[in-house]
Amino acid sequence: MKDELKIRVVKGPDGVEFEVEPLRDYYCEAPPTVMPGAYISIVEDLFNWARSESIWILGFGTGCGAIEMRPLMTPRFDAYRFGVQWRPTPRQANLLMISGYLSTKTLKRAIRSYEQMQSPKYVVGLGSCTINGGMYWDSYNTIKRLDDYLPVDLYIAGCMPRPEALLAGFQDIKKMIRAGKCEGANRYAENFDWYKANQKRVIHDWDMPDYSW
Amino acid sequence: MRELHSRLKQLFPLGELTEQRPDLTFVTVPQEHLRSVLLHLRDREGFTHLILLTAVDWIEEERFQLTYLLSDRLQQRTVGLRVMIQRDNATMQSIHDVWPTAATYQRELREMFGIAFPGSPRIDDEFILEGWNDIPPYRRDFDTLKYSEANYSDRPGRITHDPAEHMKQQLYPNGK
Repeated sequence: MKDELKIRVVKGPDGVEFEVEPLRDYYCEAPPTVMPGAYISIVEDLFNWARSESIWILGFGTGCGAIEMRPLMTPRFDAYRFGVQWRPTPRQANLLMISGYLSTKTLKRAIRSYEQMQSPKYVVGLGSCTINGGMYWDSYNTIKRLDDYLPVDLYIAGCMPRPEALLAGFQDIKKMIRAGKCEGANRYAENFDWYKANQKRVIHDWDMPDYSW
Repeated sequence: MRELHSRLKQLFPLGELTEQRPDLTFVTVPQEHLRSVLLHLRDREGFTHLILLTAVDWIEEERFQLTYLLSDRLQQRTVGLRVMIQRDNATMQSIHDVWPTAATYQRELREMFGIAFPGSPRIDDEFILEGWNDIPPYRRDFDTLKYSEANYSDRPGRITHDPAEHMKQQLYPNGK
């Protein structure tokens, strides 16, 4: 075995020594926990106001709806004026847009991305495919109900919804966040076993750890 | 294209000829002669480009039809070679050494139709599907609706109307 693959003790920048095992996969083994609200409601309301004004979307397009999101980034529809912007990594995003049909293969990636996002986080399903399967109702490879697998806060109907519909959807989710109704991440944590069971029923080669960030 | 066909016919036993367009012709080739016809077309006739390799499931005749579509860019003509193979335990010789791109098509056919191509690179790796546990989904005896109903849950409330009946109800609610 090469030297760099052996278990060794490393001293961190803060002076604490810890053991590192290079061949082990390191990931968070703790399941997600419910995030309680602030100690008084007026503070929570302030937080929710702030959250509603900075919706950062994970740039993850799953279906044809990914095309509909592009005009929103351009001057014609300009979603940025509402405080909405797209981010390249799950760590920097708080809104996961499932933009259209979701094959089981993509579902696996979407779940991983969702779990890597930091709370508070929201999920919006775009188009009829995420609601009831849409035109993929008899497909062998696409899921029909998104809310079985991820906690969806808002659906935007259409096939595909126009950018205007998305802008209206952003306004709706802002109102919901401000009212404290977007508790999807907490719902996911509370019903974690149920969601995982549903996900495992359709993803047959479950080759990731149960809690995988 | 007629000329090409008559030249080929002197060299190989060929089957049925279909002239789709002036620049597009399909011809049936026996399975064992496919490789030599492909090499002849590629090296002597200038068909240097394999456009696609695909399959058709003729379930009633218990055959798979493989179609090798070749293109001659200079003379702007396309020829499709049809090969009929057995449907059960379907096996075909690989042509990845003639056109490396064929390996990708063959992986797709292996996964979607269950046609074996022994010797083709990475042929048994998963290509599009992950963890597939049923018969290959592009086979016609695979019931995609049944599979979907068994695996993916429905949202209640989705109904299908017969268009004629529905419009009759909409337009003439009193039954006139």
